[in-house]
Amino acid sequence: MSFISRGFRGKRRDVATSSRVPPGQHVVDDFPVLSAGPTPRIPVSEWKFVVEGEIDQPRSWTWDEFRKLPAEQVTKDIHCVTKWTKLDTPWKGVSVDTILEGVETAAEYVMAFSYGGYTTNLPLEDLTGGKAWVAYEFDGQPLHPEHGGPARLLVPHLYFWKSAKWVQGLRLVNEDQPGFWESNGYNMYGDPWREQRYWGD
Amino acid sequence: MARTALLGRLDWQLGEVAELVPQTPRVASLVLDVPDWPGHLAGQHVDVRLTADDGYQAQRSYSIGSAPEDPHLEITVERLEDGEVSPYLVGEVRKGDKVELRGPIGGYFVWTAGDKRPLLLVAGGSGIVPLMSMIRHREHTGSSNPTRLLYSSRSYDDIIYRDELERLAAGGNGLAVAHTLTRMHPQDWRGYARRIDADMLAEVGWPKAEMPAVFVCGPTPMVESVASTLVDMGYDPATIKTERFGATGG
Repeated sequence: MSFISRGFRGKRRDVATSSRVPPGQHVVDDFPVLSAGPTPRIPVSEWKFVVEGEIDQPRSWTWDEFRKLPAEQVTKDIHCVTKWTKLDTPWKGVSVDTILEGVETAAEYVMAFSYGGYTTNLPLEDLTGGKAWVAYEFDGQPLHPEHGGPARLLVPHLYFWKSAKWVQGLRLVNEDQPGFWESNGYNMYGDPWREQRYWGD
Repeated sequence: MARTALLGRLDWQLGEVAELVPQTPRVASLVLDVPDWPGHLAGQHVDVRLTADDGYQAQRSYSIGSAPEDPHLEITVERLEDGEVSPYLVGEVRKGDKVELRGPIGGYFVWTAGDKRPLLLVAGGSGIVPLMSMIRHREHTGSSNPTRLLYSSRSYDDIIYRDELERLAAGGNGLAVAHTLTRMHPQDWRGYARRIDADMLAEVGWPKAEMPAVFVCGPTPMVESVASTLVDMGYDPATIKTERFGATGG
């Protein structure tokens, strides 16, 4: 400890749950909204979800088809790079394992892409093995457009910008290329427990 | 300069409070002397980290209000009574104290004077701060880029940078400032006195055919409303950049 902020004590509201709060984060009760532009409005009648890239047969689902896939209810802690952590958030969606079931690919990375043009890059192994979902309900309600509805990616073990709002599909790729925030100063991987917020962290 | 600085690791560094400037009853600017500041672009922010004597730490992000050309780094902070960091920065901190920070952060919500599109800036409350960096950058570079600011505050006394904005708008180099007050306004108030709506944006903003660059910063409901209204009015969503504050900036 090199530097002490004179007169600072802090609120220490997070003590009871501190083992669940990554370094530099604080717990919030509401659900802040962060996005780089206007919220896209995607009618579910026009919504499609696709898997493409390094895959023999690209896959796609309409909204009705997607809603018939086996869904899971999960409760997860989420961590935004802007420093808030929200504990025990309840989601419903389709596991990426289900979406990729039976897919043979040599790809090791994924570029998730969204309606409105957003992209974010992840290693494929961070989306499989029960670690990621395409979620369409939050707290028992259809996911609000501000929070990424009709559907968003949910990758709770990474900073929340990796959980692409308004997700449209997953592109399987051989090389890890930076997505939107990753091109704008934010970390390629984004592990909150290693505080990988920005380039070089 | 800021681009290359971002390529390396953003290390924590100490800034010394050179000046505290009260802006409103709840908002103050901290003018910081940061010896190794790598430079920034207008619109970027910094992370601030406070450390108690037992090692407890808290971090928050704050927008930079100073222009890249200014000799000091200025952050302007609204004191949130339930907050953890803001009541320290606005209330406890004194001139000569040191504050730990790292940055600059964010490469998207930025404007440089080389961008010749007309500029529409829409601010709510302390959302003016990164837009003020753009306005000051514009001034420093001698730009006469046509620029309109629509700024929503709760009351006259809550207008941050009020005098400076008035002075810059009177400078005759293409900056126009329109205020709206949403809760209280003086009896002789001649600005708007309601929440920002489509009529106001049509009066203050640029025709969409002029393809303005648009920056919107403020509380989430205001940003959501302004951005979606502009899209409904026919503005290209790709030209609208937003930055949103939750109620929990702390």
